[in-house]
Amino acid sequence: MNEKELQHFEDKITQEIRIEPKDWMPDDYRKMLIRQISQHAHSEIVGMLPEANWITRAPSLKRKAILLAKVQDEAGHGLYLYCAAETLNISREEMTDQLLSGQAKYSSIFNYPTLSWADMGAIGWLVDGAAIMNQVPLCRASYGPYARAMIRICKEESFHQRQGYEILLTLCRGSKEQKAMAQDALNRWWWPSLMMFGPNDDASPHSAQSMKWKIKRFSNDELRQKFVDVCKDQADILGIEIPDPDLKWNEERRHYDFGEINWEEFWSVIKGNGPCNKERLDARIKAHENGEWVREAALAHAEKRKRVAKEIINNK
Amino acid sequence: MNSEPLWEIFIRSKQGLDHKHVGSLHAADAKMAIENARDVYTRRMEGVSIWVVESKYIHSTNPDESESLFDPANDKVYRHPTFYELPDEVKYM
Repeated sequence: MNEKELQHFEDKITQEIRIEPKDWMPDDYRKMLIRQISQHAHSEIVGMLPEANWITRAPSLKRKAILLAKVQDEAGHGLYLYCAAETLNISREEMTDQLLSGQAKYSSIFNYPTLSWADMGAIGWLVDGAAIMNQVPLCRASYGPYARAMIRICKEESFHQRQGYEILLTLCRGSKEQKAMAQDALNRWWWPSLMMFGPNDDASPHSAQSMKWKIKRFSNDELRQKFVDVCKDQADILGIEIPDPDLKWNEERRHYDFGEINWEEFWSVIKGNGPCNKERLDARIKAHENGEWVREAALAHAEKRKRVAKEIINNK
Repeated sequence: MNSEPLWEIFIRSKQGLDHKHVGSLHAADAKMAIENARDVYTRRMEGVSIWVVESKYIHSTNPDESESLFDPANDKVYRHPTFYELPDEVKYM
């Protein structure tokens, strides 16, 4: 390793000067970024599936148009992130292969099923809410292309959260059955949403290094606490209850205390044993295989147009 | 595998402003790159015009040469208007 280059790199990190694609960087920094950015991209792409499940069954044309726009945004977010990762010298094909072969991970929240329309509300409010909590600090990540992609994503994500909360608000102000649907969705999505922040700090192997390199700015537990604190009041406004008997205000800490997460479930879903792991991956593989002829045709068409253009020039 | 090349995307956010680099994407040809850029980068009225350039045609400076390229400007403060001290009585300058 070149000591002078490493020193220069670390100075830039300390001085909050962004690292750009052609700058020298330690191999581990590059690897950590590729892992995090590609996982994040995969999460956006797989994250389209639970919601796509409800596009055809949205209760109104307005809700359907909104849901379509949201799912389209997620495809866009996946693309911003894949491009950011590609600046680190990994190809799109490699990343796609890693996802489809099961080698790469994505956020385990998307391995839970969407059973009712209220789940569209809970996903927007909680899942996108947790994502925003995670993502806003990433807008200041030390790697330029990642930070820029995150700025675009965060600008768009706010609509996702608000539309979800509004779905639940509408249900909670509706009939008894509708409010019960909202409560049921909160019951099922609350704990998996808390898991989105990752393992506790003492069990998170990459966190310390990631914070040292200023990729992450806050620890998993700090962000999780912040999320619980804002959600409690939002649940109160909806008039539904967070399914945690240990949730209560701690005047001394000026934070809400909350119950222990079921880490066994967390690790089990990560290892592939969640309710929908297989279904999600199968859907991605099928989409990729069914799109093969489209990709081939697009390339063949581009080739043909190039050839025709050349012939026209040669004949002049 | 033969794959779709990478394109750099530049968007003019409104008339009168420069096209600005916003990111990149894959597409088989320029027409497809423009169509994809429309979907990926202008879903919320972010643009009125799009440029696409295949990434391989972009040449850039090398960070290793930054010092020799850009440092010579450091000691030429006389290129800035604030370098010149004029009496307060001088107006409109």
